[in-house]
Amino acid sequence: MKYIAKKLFTLIITLFIVSLLAFLAFQIIPGNAAVLRLGTNGTPQQVEQLKEEMGLNRPIAIQYGDWLGSFLSGDMGVSYTYNMPVEDMIAQKLPSTVALVLLGCLLMVVLSIPIGIFTARHAGGVVDRVMTVLNQVLMSIPPVFVGILFSFVFGITLRVFIPGDFVSWDENITQFLVFMFFPALSIALSRVAMTVKLLRSSLLDEMDKNYIRTAFSRGHSRDTALRQHALRNSLVPVVVFMAVSAAEMVAAGIIIEQVFAIPGIGRLLIASIGTYDFPVVQAIVLILATWVVVVNFLADILSQYIDPRVRLG
Amino acid sequence: MTKAPILEVRGLDSYYRQGTDTLWRKKRTQVLKKVSFTLGQGEVLGIVGESGSGKSTLAKVILGISRDYEGEIVHHSMRPQMVFQDPYASLNPAFTVGRIVEEPLIIYGKYDVHERKRRVIDMLEDVGLGEEFLVCRPHELSGGQRQRVSIATAMIVRPKLVILDEAVSALDVTIQDQILDLLVRLKKENNLSYLFISHDLNVVYQCCDRVMVMKSGEVVEENTVDGIFDAPQHPYTKKLLLAAE
Repeated sequence: MKYIAKKLFTLIITLFIVSLLAFLAFQIIPGNAAVLRLGTNGTPQQVEQLKEEMGLNRPIAIQYGDWLGSFLSGDMGVSYTYNMPVEDMIAQKLPSTVALVLLGCLLMVVLSIPIGIFTARHAGGVVDRVMTVLNQVLMSIPPVFVGILFSFVFGITLRVFIPGDFVSWDENITQFLVFMFFPALSIALSRVAMTVKLLRSSLLDEMDKNYIRTAFSRGHSRDTALRQHALRNSLVPVVVFMAVSAAEMVAAGIIIEQVFAIPGIGRLLIASIGTYDFPVVQAIVLILATWVVVVNFLADILSQYIDPRVRLG
Repeated sequence: MTKAPILEVRGLDSYYRQGTDTLWRKKRTQVLKKVSFTLGQGEVLGIVGESGSGKSTLAKVILGISRDYEGEIVHHSMRPQMVFQDPYASLNPAFTVGRIVEEPLIIYGKYDVHERKRRVIDMLEDVGLGEEFLVCRPHELSGGQRQRVSIATAMIVRPKLVILDEAVSALDVTIQDQILDLLVRLKKENNLSYLFISHDLNVVYQCCDRVMVMKSGEVVEENTVDGIFDAPQHPYTKKLLLAAE
């Protein structure tokens, strides 16, 4: 419990620092919101007046405090470009991105763990050797390319889904999931390959350890020793890696949303950066950072549960 | 040999695969060469020799952990067990002591949960550990305590033959004595036979009935403890004795 509390404290500090950075980044970038909003036709007087209205002339610390305070109470500000509350814009786009990333994580877990165990159990066998080569190939293909390939093969050729014809989850949940499956697999595939490789080598390392020899001497077969003894201990690095992957998938998701024309956070982010729509960008950056930090927090807790010695480290 | 045998080994050759020879095949090296001996009931047979002389391989082959052998191994007892050298590495770090000691019972599948738990508590007590150790994990214990856990785990299925592979070598001298006393007591109480593998001749002298000296996979000399210590025949045995003084 003390361990969890400590981790939770670090989590809050991290988020605070991220929010500070996200805010300061836009103070450093040249150009300011008032000029952008007025366009090239604004007179210096108009710019000055608008800056005053938007509160941009106040000290930075006060601006930050103001922004963070209202952010925490659910008010993320107003988009400069659309003149719309940021939280409404995000609420509209968030479900697709959440579905994409969660589906990606789910695929990573359900594919890589069984395959990793299988290749370790049959290390040196035909399947293992084929998988080793296949892994190497999959690892080196970027998600964008996999996405384009999937669009072509499953969308255009096999007609499993219609590329570009996004179906919202509240319209038809089944079609939504079928559509989301391919982008999710695109972002998961290289991560699956890496996790398989990691789990395989981690398992084989564990199988060489002395406590496995002890397990054999107690009457375990190679299979039961692997499943009941080695697996649990070999999962610690895998869990940590999966947490990193879950964070990476968000980044990959931003690009994949473009490929599959999914109206998600990623597309909104790219559009907002292009138009200097700071309130939107800040909010999205903070949401993405929260995801990364929370996933890592969960991974820490899980590692500690799997291997109680982690607590000491 | 008047006692009934509990283990007979005849003409045992064993091999070991390591490194790569050709593209996929591993190099096969012979470790044991024509090893033969008989272990009687209630007897403690010491196996000594330098590292790499094949002592541990012999233990692994006898227990079936290593299967690459030719020759004959006849067990006259059920469920032979083994206690390993490094009491830290040989216990699964993720398991509690209770789970570790219970494991052989689960594998042999003879008892229900309550009976298993009762036996685990009895066994721990027998090796000098209280019930409070049930929920501890290996990293929370001292070396001596860990070795007691290893011994409890080996003894819980009531074996007649226990192989002790450098079982006390990693411990400091006072703890070594305590563990040896424990092993001797358990042997008397349960009429056990030990195959006592060690490189430490002083320990072997303390607890063995007979000694077998091994060098590069071969048995070079076999005799009673007194025979070996008073009148060593083979030059290698003499060298070992000289080094131990």
